[in-house]
Amino acid sequence: MATQTHMHGRIGESIKRKEDGRFIRGKGNYLDDIELPGMLHMAILRSPHAHARIKSVDTAAASGMPGVIAVVTGELMAQHKLAWMPTLSYDTQAVLATDKVRFQGQEVAAVIADTKYQAEDARDAIVVEYDVLPAVTSPQQAKEAGATLIRDDKENQKDNHIYHWEAGDQATTQAAFAKADKVVRLHTFYPRCHPAPLETCGCIADVNGATGKATVYMTSQAPHAIRTVFALVTGLPEQNIRVISPDIGGGFGNKVPVYPGYVVATAASLLIGRPVKWVEDRSENLISTGFARDFHMTGDLALDKNGKMLALRVHLDSDNGAFFADAQPTKFKAGLFHIVTGSYDIPTAHVTADGYYTNKAPGGVAYRCSFRVTEASYLIERLVSNAAIELGMDQAELRMKNFIQPEQFPYRSATGWVYDSGDYPKAMNVALEQLGYAELRKDVGARRQKGEVTGIGVASFTEVVGAGHGADFDILGLRMFDSAELRVHPTGKALLRMGTKSQGQGHETTFAQIVTEELGIPAADVAVEEGDTDTAPYGLGTYASRSTPVAGAATAMVARKLREKARTIAAHLLEAAEEDLEWDTGRFYVKGSPDKAKTIQEIAFAAYTNVPEGMEAGLEGVHYYDPPNMTYPFGTYAVVVDVDKGTGQVKVRRVVAVDDCGVRINPMIVEGQIHGGLAEGYGIAFMQLITFDAEGNCIGSNFMDYLLPTAWETPQFELGETVTPSPHHPLGAKGVGESPTVGSPAAYVNAVIDALSPYGVTNIDMPVTSDKVWAALRAAGVTE
Amino acid sequence: MFPAAFDYRAPASLQEALSILKERGDDAKVMAGGQSLIPLLKLRFARPELVVDIGRLPSMNNVMRRGGHTAIGALVRHVDVENSKELASSAPMMVEAARWISDPLVRNRGTLAGSVCHADPAGDWGSVMLAFGAEIVARSLSGERVLRADEFFEGPFATVLKPDEVVTEVRIPLANGRAGGAYLKLERKVGDFATVAVAVQVQLEGEKVSRAGIGLTAVGPRNIKATDAERSLMGQEPTDRVIAEAARLAAEAAEPKDDVRGSAAYKKDVVRVFVQRGLKTAIGRAREVKS
Amino acid sequence: MKVAMKVNGAERSGDVEPRVLLVDFLRTNLRLTGTHVGCDTSSCGACTVLLDAEPVKSCTVLAVQAEGRSITTVEGLAQGANLSPIQVGFHEEHGLQCGFCTPGMMLVGASLLERNAKPTEEEIRWAISGNICRCTGYMNIVKAIKHAAMLRAAADAESPGRPTVAAATAGGE
Repeated sequence: MATQTHMHGRIGESIKRKEDGRFIRGKGNYLDDIELPGMLHMAILRSPHAHARIKSVDTAAASGMPGVIAVVTGELMAQHKLAWMPTLSYDTQAVLATDKVRFQGQEVAAVIADTKYQAEDARDAIVVEYDVLPAVTSPQQAKEAGATLIRDDKENQKDNHIYHWEAGDQATTQAAFAKADKVVRLHTFYPRCHPAPLETCGCIADVNGATGKATVYMTSQAPHAIRTVFALVTGLPEQNIRVISPDIGGGFGNKVPVYPGYVVATAASLLIGRPVKWVEDRSENLISTGFARDFHMTGDLALDKNGKMLALRVHLDSDNGAFFADAQPTKFKAGLFHIVTGSYDIPTAHVTADGYYTNKAPGGVAYRCSFRVTEASYLIERLVSNAAIELGMDQAELRMKNFIQPEQFPYRSATGWVYDSGDYPKAMNVALEQLGYAELRKDVGARRQKGEVTGIGVASFTEVVGAGHGADFDILGLRMFDSAELRVHPTGKALLRMGTKSQGQGHETTFAQIVTEELGIPAADVAVEEGDTDTAPYGLGTYASRSTPVAGAATAMVARKLREKARTIAAHLLEAAEEDLEWDTGRFYVKGSPDKAKTIQEIAFAAYTNVPEGMEAGLEGVHYYDPPNMTYPFGTYAVVVDVDKGTGQVKVRRVVAVDDCGVRINPMIVEGQIHGGLAEGYGIAFMQLITFDAEGNCIGSNFMDYLLPTAWETPQFELGETVTPSPHHPLGAKGVGESPTVGSPAAYVNAVIDALSPYGVTNIDMPVTSDKVWAALRAAGVTE
Repeated sequence: MFPAAFDYRAPASLQEALSILKERGDDAKVMAGGQSLIPLLKLRFARPELVVDIGRLPSMNNVMRRGGHTAIGALVRHVDVENSKELASSAPMMVEAARWISDPLVRNRGTLAGSVCHADPAGDWGSVMLAFGAEIVARSLSGERVLRADEFFEGPFATVLKPDEVVTEVRIPLANGRAGGAYLKLERKVGDFATVAVAVQVQLEGEKVSRAGIGLTAVGPRNIKATDAERSLMGQEPTDRVIAEAARLAAEAAEPKDDVRGSAAYKKDVVRVFVQRGLKTAIGRAREVKS
Repeated sequence: MKVAMKVNGAERSGDVEPRVLLVDFLRTNLRLTGTHVGCDTSSCGACTVLLDAEPVKSCTVLAVQAEGRSITTVEGLAQGANLSPIQVGFHEEHGLQCGFCTPGMMLVGASLLERNAKPTEEEIRWAISGNICRCTGYMNIVKAIKHAAMLRAAADAESPGRPTVAAATAGGE
């Protein structure tokens, strides 16, 4: 037996993050920290109106102001055929408006000046004349007969309808409903919110007139895809475009799309011949960049009298804003929403979706979510809890009764998903035990006797992450694989480059640990680089919890490739047959002779100094990983709330979150991700709302109106885990960053509805604000 | 985001400040901590030609008991109120209210007097001033005016201050005998303006209410003094019925509007609930005071 | 106009318009980019610096208001190669993810510990309630500040009366 050597940073070890050093010293390198010689600053003028025809744009005064180099208008962009750009959903989006503005905050003109202050001063001096048009602010309005046509720029667009999409089986679903003892309906609006990473979006475009090379520093979660889109939009040859994502101050989906500002800054740099920086202010970020949700959903759940689920029918109307710019796989117009049967063995289901244009910002992004699974999970988990209330059953018991059972995996859902693995009853049991559910239920009963308003909410979500299988998942035709390139240097240290891009997820640590596990190089010796398209292998980027499922798998695979080459070299060094060698993390030894061994460092040195005859020198490789299936993380969350009868304020007393994300590579980082998502879930459930008045003015255009939870409001989280490895991922990992935002909103809201259920309340749409709770209580005659 | 250009003066003495304002008061904004003004400048809602920074004036950052009141200098910050031993003893409701102002970092810069002058109807200090029956001292080259809180606020962001005047201090009358107060605020998160807030300050003589002050925040064009509610308590033993009636009258005095924070009906009802709770707390506290 | 202040212990000066925000002066004039801008409305605290040892939002302070005063930014937390307890706490307890709020959070935490050597969970949450983090859910930030408190207590036990970070960088107060 070989002696097991301790290797720092293997899978399962909570090593401290390698990336922390620069951040805690204030030496992170975020977009706005970058300053290039001769750099100019850009400010964008935006529409104050939600819908208006542009009569004129007068830039004369602005052009003459101090420090102003250029004022760019839609007309100028049109001369270079850049007034419009393609979206990620095969639509077009205005870069700078030429005909109409279609949402408040739409880009109309841009000023380029020596300093940021000068650019913004001059922006105020641009005069635009508008003819204001009626604004359409909801899908309901959008589909009314005679509704104002928003997209009159599109030749064949006669109304505001964008798409109709279906999944599942209508006939069998109808038949099942006909036989149901009970049908429970929930109509709910998952309102628009915004990812609001703490760092806003921005770019620095640096087009070198002499070489034609365009280097664009950008707050991008997907730099490679952006490079390709840029090549398509601008016509620049792709080898002349270099996109660099520096350190990113949070993304959460907001930094996936291409925004008009990027295109304008690049065009301006090209025309002026100097670098141009554009950084949004917070208001610009909230009113114009990728929002999330905005789904109006109606779900019907058919059950028999024992509470066994028979069928699910769902319709949703999606509010997509003025341009269909959702960032999602091509095949799925409503994202992965049809995972809506969730954790339940529902024999048949039918899902229909319609998308509509409105006079609101475009770009539905997956806000800490795998393409609309959040909305799906919310709907089914709310619906199941309501069903329990209506049937007079316990909400945990009803779930237990209908869970897909462990032995049913791989499980084909009624809408066609093949769930890879799961053990839902186990996660539920761990959560209930950790919460002390049975005791708490009694306590809730006792408190209610005293007139208190209190409740417990449960949600048992199923996530679907790691897009994707390339044949089914692509963005603009780019198959959703991801990549890793591993170079082991002669001294045994390594460089890992990837097509993903961390925005705080800790890739520099997690992916180093995969190399440690697979190749035995200590994590401290593995540098991880991402975000520079000139050096990193092509990848689709980091969003939808796909980095560990896809790029993490690529890392394991490339490390295994190198390990096989290392075996050959080791055999050569040890003068042994390859098949006689055993691997013990970090070294090969001869079976039965543990002292006859070569470490990976020795092997790496030999790879450059002493390779077997005929073998290529070096120890490096690249792997492009196309996952055979999605991974399906899951879990049960339970929340306890107390409601103030006088004010309607909800106080979250406890949150227990049991997650199963398969094998955890760095448990500390995984738990950090879960904490963060639970806090965002709290924000979404209770605070974060982007809404609009009748004229289409955005309410929620700064952090005074768009409310993000602070440490004071945010509850404490109690975590638990179960581990059901993914059977097809090389490490058994599944992805976790979004599970808590997917699962927790329903748990929070279910708790409030449970608290109010004695008063006949069955729904309050998010955000569950104190005034809505008060109104529900007063309607039921409850007062202080 | 940053302000439009302005001239800036940072006078070293009150006299110098008053002279500047005498000359250019109409085009000027006085700034103490700047926590209300700078956001307005940045949003370019305010575009004064001149900002007069009184932040360097000497001897204006004290809290001291003097005559029948506690005097709070114009540069006393929210955090100073929060930590003031003097106010903790003479007007503890001030300390309670201070903790509700914006967030801890803003409280390290913003001043009580600046906030009062800003006269945001959703501002907390206005209601506190009304509940205490505070006085606001304004100086100009022409002299000094002592203004009663209930005549100070005119409307949203408007006071009776003249362009050449600077508030030099705020005076909180000392209670005779057993007094207690409470500040209750409903906010959507730390740092948010109030949806509704209520300041209550009562004094007891024996078991009867000898003085009652009730100020309402964010439910009208300015902070509202709930006069009828106050009057209903005078000379009464504060039974549950009396308190409920006062709370009802206070809610009637509120003139809220529907907005993103809630409906007018909601806000009125929270006024009622808060005045009821606040009176109970304040009276309880007054009873604990040893006379 | 001319403005001069002590930044991280060193005298720094510049020529700025009166309207220039302290955060812009620090980031643009002094190239101290560890202080971030997150919201522009003094809602998020990414721009937190210590002004005479108290945390303030530098997006809502004019550079001219800091004339003659002492500023500590994140770059002033470490003493040379030695990280301060608050920095160690954030690393050890995974108190940061994207790192954008981290400078502000650490400065608030450090200043809290100067006033309150052993804060409770509630006191910490109250102290950082003017700062927004979008990544951590605050759980580990609270732990990080507690960890720093423990490190400071341990260091105090070893060498009582050592100068504090803020006192060291505020100088001559």
